[in-house]
Amino acid sequence: MMRRKIANVVMLALMWLAAAIVLLPLFAILARLVMQGWSSLNLDFFTKEPLSPGSTGGGMANSIVGSLILLFIASLSGLPVGIGAGIYLAEHRTAPVAKLVRFLADVLNGLPSIVIGIFAWEMLVKPVHHFSALSGGIALGVMMIPLTARTTEEMIRTVPTSLREAALALGYTNWRTSLAIVARTALPGIVTGALVALARVAGETAPLLFTALGNNFWSVSPTQPIDALPLRLFLYATSPYDDWNRQAWAASIVLIALVLLISIAARIAARPRFGKAVD
Amino acid sequence: MEDAPSIEGNPEGPTAPQMGGGALGDRVYRWVTTLCALLVPALLIYIGITVFVAGWPAFQKAGTSFFTSSRWDPVNGIFGAAPAIYGTLVSSAIALVIATPLAVGAAVFLAELAPRWLRQPVSFLIDLLAAIPSVVYGLWGIFVLAPLMRSMVAPFLKHTLHLGDLPFFSGPVYGPGMLTAGVILAIMILPYISAVTREVLMAVPRSQREAALALGATRWEMIRDAVIPGARSGIVGGIVLGLGRALGETMAVTMVIGNTPKISASLFSTGYTMASIIANEFNEAVSADHQAALMAVGASLLVIALIVNVIARWLVARVGASAS
Repeated sequence: MMRRKIANVVMLALMWLAAAIVLLPLFAILARLVMQGWSSLNLDFFTKEPLSPGSTGGGMANSIVGSLILLFIASLSGLPVGIGAGIYLAEHRTAPVAKLVRFLADVLNGLPSIVIGIFAWEMLVKPVHHFSALSGGIALGVMMIPLTARTTEEMIRTVPTSLREAALALGYTNWRTSLAIVARTALPGIVTGALVALARVAGETAPLLFTALGNNFWSVSPTQPIDALPLRLFLYATSPYDDWNRQAWAASIVLIALVLLISIAARIAARPRFGKAVD
Repeated sequence: MEDAPSIEGNPEGPTAPQMGGGALGDRVYRWVTTLCALLVPALLIYIGITVFVAGWPAFQKAGTSFFTSSRWDPVNGIFGAAPAIYGTLVSSAIALVIATPLAVGAAVFLAELAPRWLRQPVSFLIDLLAAIPSVVYGLWGIFVLAPLMRSMVAPFLKHTLHLGDLPFFSGPVYGPGMLTAGVILAIMILPYISAVTREVLMAVPRSQREAALALGATRWEMIRDAVIPGARSGIVGGIVLGLGRALGETMAVTMVIGNTPKISASLFSTGYTMASIIANEFNEAVSADHQAALMAVGASLLVIALIVNVIARWLVARVGASAS
């Protein structure tokens, strides 16, 4: 009995320890980011453009705006398809096609982002012979599709069948029932899913390396190479210049803040608006 | 599951009088959503074909030596991807060895042990690890982890534990290298393994736990004998899912692995992975041969990721099926 008790205490302590160790790197990383980057988050950082290599100062205004433009293009190209696929999956739950699509969406979700990157390069950059914001945005959009589809499906499935039946009984056509009643009811959830997908691609670098490429200058044109926060961060982090390293830490804070902001927006959207939600 | 009599599956629609749009609207709506859904498999096939076709010249030219040769020499047009494949497998293996016990331990803690008030914040914080972008891990790896490896971890392994004679821990320590990449990867896949494990543990019925406790089991015996066996294939699925993440992870690894195409037994040695060789060389690849070789590496990575993901999904789905 004694041995069993000791084993019990030791093993339970190890579980507590494991949880503590898992959290350790999180605090280590966040603390280091704030220590190294906080002082560089000034007006220049948000309003100026990058300077030539080796010179001190400058900022990432163009990278921040570039990232936002890329995310906009990604949403425009990825969300409609993802949501449409999600609606299909929810309405054809048990159809063999739906099972296959669901499974392949999960597989697509697990594809390495660098593979999406070279795919987008081959399809959208090589034929036209130049890098563009459009190709980068679409690469991110492709990554958003499977995640959006799965969350949309889940959200639509939470809408009670009785609601659909009521609408149909009132003489609504199928498509109006689906869009105006079911999808409308699930809308906050769908928005949440879209934002979660957006947050996931907001920090992506690999799909942009050979598509958006990066740009030292101000550019908002979808057909030109465009800068993105993660790309600039990568460039500055791996550079030999102290001032660029310093700005990389600041960029990390901004990038994480961007991802968290989108995630928080997702949580707010998911909050029930009319008192308690019906589960 | 079967609560919905399939209203939507009936092309004739319900017999109630309809208003607005009518049959045409229904048909258009059906077509559009079906098209969106079919785009998912189409995209996957399209990506596969595109990358394969682009990489085909490299496979054709090098034959099997593409996978077996360890000479990656773009200047002379010789491409053997063995170092990159080796690096991908070894760094992912290191990541799994480090991450699995920690992630499973943390998941058991969250599902079984944590007091209620601690559960929510701790799982939120672990999930937060997944929200940190890959480049940020890379930055931290370059300036914090790699120096730490050289100044503390390597001396500890070599001199304090006297493991320096083993081939794994021999040779000079630069900081960046296979072990550093493995550690970064471990941190990055922790939240994924932990989240899946937590979920499958929670899916084990309460009655199992109560039965074990009623038979006089300690908490640990309950976890070991009543909870984990029911969730085993799901836990393995979570680990395989983590493996899939690790295999394809690009930026953080590129930033800390050293990017040299060589195979060395020492884990302190620099190396390459399939993802990092593409990230590092693609924009500089001017010759068509070099480009095709990198595409071929991408195609191989895609196949590995596909297999790993399919296995993982299958394992996780098995738990879901047996639980319900």
